[in-house]
Amino acid sequence: MIVATKKPIEEILVALAPYESVLILGCGTCVTVCNVGGEREVSLLHSALRVAIANSLMQQKRFHEYTVKRQCDREFLEALKGKSEEVDAILSLACGVGVQVLADYFSDIPCIPAVNTVFMGSSSTFGIWDERCAGCGECRLYETAGICPVTRCNKGILNGPCGGAKNGRCEANKEMDCAWLLIYERLLKLDQLDRMRKYSPPRNYGNLKRPKRVIIT
Amino acid sequence: MAVSLFEEKLNSDKFVVTAEIGPPKGTDLSEMKKNIELLKDRVDALNVTDHQSSVMRYPSLGGCLLIKELGGEPILQMTTRDRNRIALQADLLFAYSRGIRNVLCLTGDSVDVGDHKDAKPVFDLDSVQLIRMIKTLETGVDMAGNKLSGKVQFFVGASCNPEADHIEPQLIKFEKKVNSGARFFQTQGIYDVTLLRRFMQFARQFGVKIIAGIIVLFSYRMATYMNENVPGVKVPPQILEELKGLDKEAALRKGIDIAARTIRTIKEEKLCHGVHIMAIGREHIIPEVLEASGL
Ligand code: SF4
Ligand code: SF4
Repeated sequence: MIVATKKPIEEILVALAPYESVLILGCGTCVTVCNVGGEREVSLLHSALRVAIANSLMQQKRFHEYTVKRQCDREFLEALKGKSEEVDAILSLACGVGVQVLADYFSDIPCIPAVNTVFMGSSSTFGIWDERCAGCGECRLYETAGICPVTRCNKGILNGPCGGAKNGRCEANKEMDCAWLLIYERLLKLDQLDRMRKYSPPRNYGNLKRPKRVIIT
Repeated sequence: MAVSLFEEKLNSDKFVVTAEIGPPKGTDLSEMKKNIELLKDRVDALNVTDHQSSVMRYPSLGGCLLIKELGGEPILQMTTRDRNRIALQADLLFAYSRGIRNVLCLTGDSVDVGDHKDAKPVFDLDSVQLIRMIKTLETGVDMAGNKLSGKVQFFVGASCNPEADHIEPQLIKFEKKVNSGARFFQTQGIYDVTLLRRFMQFARQFGVKIIAGIIVLFSYRMATYMNENVPGVKVPPQILEELKGLDKEAALRKGIDIAARTIRTIKEEKLCHGVHIMAIGREHIIPEVLEASGL
């Protein structure tokens, strides 16, 4: 799923400065799960904005709250008809995809992101989220024991560990396990070490040429 | 036929000595020039680091050209951290055209340990892919399969870490580098010869040249700093103990001693084909290390 983090309230206030009536819009899918952009966070952000504005020289604004099931899907935005007319701007707590679908749907209303979208990942411990996939377009998890070297190795190395790890941790970040040691250990367990011995050719960055589009029939 | 003077020396079964030159941060080349002049006739080849520890500096290619101008034998260190395959290939064409014949292929340290932490890490290739890329250029075509007018030929090297705490995956990678075309290896700093012995037991069968890395220690603080911050380097507690409490001068003497002791053991036991001396930022003390080692 998509993981995001909250933007600092000061940054949001600057972006909201020109607008008087603002819809704070949550998203009920990924950002709800990572506790950043669901119904609860909409309400919390609403209160935080009121307090911050009261403590500043700014004029109080009119805020409205709402949360749709998924902002990245136009179908769910229809529920906003009737609400959007009364606002000058929408403050979206969805990921970057959601904000863009919103902006495309409401072409004459400014849409402002309230979160920073950071990666596609998962959580194994409460509150800790880790990147797991970069959408590289040529998934090699079969070769690497189900552990992604593109996202979990600091250098995206495809042919085995650099010499930099210490105590099993990555040279770039002492909090993080060296992905290639994990891959090695799991391949060993699966009796698949020959996969690591095989040469992996360079990635095809042609897959990542932007703008990207796929046609699925 | 040897591709370079350095390869010729390694093939002659001489115990070779290489040393590392760190380029300046800026355009004042006087110090680097002095170090090259001091060392070029005392060692068999000089490596020039490629933004070591991801700290932006005068380029490796520029340092190697200076070594050539001054009559030395350069080893071009090339990391894949900062340039994509187009830039790397172009730099190799340039290096070859200007007489550089030795290349050490590295992935490079993480951008996160350097002085431009906000930079985009490139890593379009990894070290193994870089070795293969050079082998491809040598056949007269580039990575895209387009014909080159005028080929390149290099003596290709790579690095390995015999002291890594998980050695098995390192050995797999070492073998991959050999199979991809690496002919010589310069290792990460060696402090524990038993670990080098263990590594050589495995490495010997491949018939490639192994040059043991020696990082000269200058102080207790430097040693603990490296343990904390320098990827892959591990100074063991016994050596830390030897340096502890010594004043600046005594610590430097001790550091030279420790380096010389390791070099002598490696040479006497004929463990490797040579040593690579790294005296980070103090290249001028390398002649003393050589003397103390009986080289
Ligand atoms: S290899 Fe990694 S980045 Fe690429 S598709 Fe698979 S999980 Fe995603
Ligand atoms: S320590 Fe491991 S995860 Fe970190 S860059 Fe090196 S190989 Fe990749």
